[in-house]
Amino acid sequence: MTSNGWLQIAVFFALLLLAAKPLGLYMARVYERQKTWLDPVLGPVERLLYRLTGVNPEAEMRWTEYGAAMLIFSCATLLLTYAIERLQHAIPIPMLNPQHLAAVEPYLAWNTAASFTTNTNWQSYVPETTMSYLTQMAGLATHNFWSAATGMALAIAFIRGISRRESKTLGNFWVDLTRGTLWVLLPICLVYALALVSQGAIQNLKPYDTVTLIEPQTVTAPGADGKPVTTTVTTQTIAQGPLASQEAIKMLGTNGGGFFNANSAHPFENPTPLTNLLEMLSIFLIPAGLCITLGRMVGSPGHGWAVFAAMSVLWFAGVATCYWAEAQPNPLLHGVNQRVATAGPGQSLSPGGNMEGKEVRFGVADSALFATVTTDASCGAVNSMHDSFMPLGGMVPLANIMMGEIIFGGVGSGMYGMLIFVIVTVFIAGLMVGRTPEYLGKKVQAYEVQLSMLYVLIFPLIILGFAAVSVLIPAGLSSISNHGPHGLSQILYAYTSSAGNNGSAFAGLNANTHWYNSTLGITMLVGRFLMIVPMLAVAGSLATKKIVPPSLGTFPVNSTLFTVLLVSVILIVGALTFFPALSLGPILEHLLLRSGISFS
Amino acid sequence: MKKMMMTAILYTLITAVLLGVVYPLAVTGLAHVFFPRQAEGSLIHRANGTLVGSRLIGQAFSGPGYFWSRPSAAGAGYDAGNSGGSNYAPTSAALAARVTATVQTLNPKGTNAAVPIDLATASASGLDPDISPAAAYYQLARVATERHMSEDAVRSLVTAHITPRQFGLLGEPRVNVLELNLYLDKMAPIASK
Repeated sequence: MTSNGWLQIAVFFALLLLAAKPLGLYMARVYERQKTWLDPVLGPVERLLYRLTGVNPEAEMRWTEYGAAMLIFSCATLLLTYAIERLQHAIPIPMLNPQHLAAVEPYLAWNTAASFTTNTNWQSYVPETTMSYLTQMAGLATHNFWSAATGMALAIAFIRGISRRESKTLGNFWVDLTRGTLWVLLPICLVYALALVSQGAIQNLKPYDTVTLIEPQTVTAPGADGKPVTTTVTTQTIAQGPLASQEAIKMLGTNGGGFFNANSAHPFENPTPLTNLLEMLSIFLIPAGLCITLGRMVGSPGHGWAVFAAMSVLWFAGVATCYWAEAQPNPLLHGVNQRVATAGPGQSLSPGGNMEGKEVRFGVADSALFATVTTDASCGAVNSMHDSFMPLGGMVPLANIMMGEIIFGGVGSGMYGMLIFVIVTVFIAGLMVGRTPEYLGKKVQAYEVQLSMLYVLIFPLIILGFAAVSVLIPAGLSSISNHGPHGLSQILYAYTSSAGNNGSAFAGLNANTHWYNSTLGITMLVGRFLMIVPMLAVAGSLATKKIVPPSLGTFPVNSTLFTVLLVSVILIVGALTFFPALSLGPILEHLLLRSGISFS
Repeated sequence: MKKMMMTAILYTLITAVLLGVVYPLAVTGLAHVFFPRQAEGSLIHRANGTLVGSRLIGQAFSGPGYFWSRPSAAGAGYDAGNSGGSNYAPTSAALAARVTATVQTLNPKGTNAAVPIDLATASASGLDPDISPAAAYYQLARVATERHMSEDAVRSLVTAHITPRQFGLLGEPRVNVLELNLYLDKMAPIASK
């Protein structure tokens, strides 16, 4: 570990802190339909969109209608993406498919459509050899906008449930969807995409380039019959495409589905340390801002900051553990120098640490920070390969997702997920003092607590259930690429990532099989939509309640004590549920690695 | 319900055009106005027009007169149409075996210092254009001998090619292998070629 590494982590957090408040207050204005400086441009677009689609922007929706609109819309977008994938070869415009890629195979097309609809962006495929430019732009990048705007709309609906009194409705889904897209996502993406291009991210519609290598290379690779075949390679194919526009929304919408297979490790997706910083910031930007939006909309800025603080504590615990673990030498590797090397103060020669699956320009610190941020939020973009992390380093991303994607979390989904935990916390605090729990003046009763617990329990049930089946059947086990406890971690990571709608992977697992494509697809849909329904029901129920004035016995939700309790509840729920599985995976692997045991 | 379905379908189609066609094409247009070289892939051409690479995409080198890149798991190695890492676990025997093999190529007699870790490990993308300064210095002697240059001359070349941390703060110092090798070829061509 280096002081520069810690400084970079500190700078990241300072910038996030600076950006959260202005963005959060702006988003509150956007969703409350107050005036903003973008209205002259976007107002006409908004009104035209409502007219064309027959939306009455003044109509309010009950939670059931809001949920139904969201589900039907998600279905429609899922079908469109499936159709584009299946028909990508038949579009007669050459620049939309210059590599003449074939139609996507049905199981894979289903998995991908489900994956992008749920904001998971799990990828069972290699994009540069599977998806045409049209599919990338109109089938996948669009979903990054839609699923992000949907998540934000749902979070706002939940916040309205808390702030409104004796109301039957939560707002209008179409209006929230539109305003989030037009006022928040699109303008930021336009500027951000160009910033990425300035650093070297590509943005074009040309065929892949062919390079004449300076030095032809002799490579030996297994041939069709499995025997090694030696060939001379004289050229290099460089994949191209409309990348930056997709990269921007991929990060900002916490989607995380890479334009290329290597995701944000690919030099075209993440060319410099500056783009790396921007990409990490843009993952947390909206979720952090939504804390402030929450504080503003419920009339308690302190509560917004208390939630922000709980998220920050959990984030820091993760990044510190991960950075420490990745800076350790791997005792199984010999003849290599794994320590930090310098030529004097401030003149680093090598970052040292575990560099397998990491890029030199990022080193250990930026890789550990990125891995923590991308799994705290439900982003899932990676700038390093989590599968190759040290056992405890790789446990951090896994445990982050297991906590329910609420450490800032996905755009919107992190906020409503966290608010479910807030309700559980308030309930437990109420039990401790023997009073009916209240949350910002709303009485929390059996109905809300039952539904909140349902939300909390669906998540481990689906993960551990499918993981347990997968380790028992050949179709599950045959996809493992690393044996020993790491194999269990690979399977566990796949279902955790899908249920948490994260999308990152221990990517050695071959998930492009019928078993994994179909079960992971189901897991993603359950992890998104089955959890949204109880969440909206809680919101709908809270909205109908009276607001009782605070009394001496009211538990203040803007205090440090509240933050501490909230963090404890999250850790206890997460740790108790998943600790047995983690101890058989990464923790056992850590102990075996320490004893110098390897697996072939 | 029927009205809601109609709305959903229309909304999907209209926003698909806005977000999936208009937006990326607008970015493409603006990118080509402001940053045309980057938008096209930061490509490097020789004087005669042949494309020799992208400054952002690594290439494999194996001749003793060149600085070598890191091991790569992208396709058969540095396949920029098929990016990716090895995904070996830290406890994988295959990882230890591959590292040992790489160390043997770089330090065949085992008499030199330990190999800097980045030079013996595969990157996440398999296309890492960089090696650490330590990894570049490690290969000085071999390159200098092959090109009949003094080690000091090659060392100062390497030092001049170190990209420092961005703004003195971000990322890690690094050396772009392709650019360094192209420069070497210009300054001190290998005689046999």
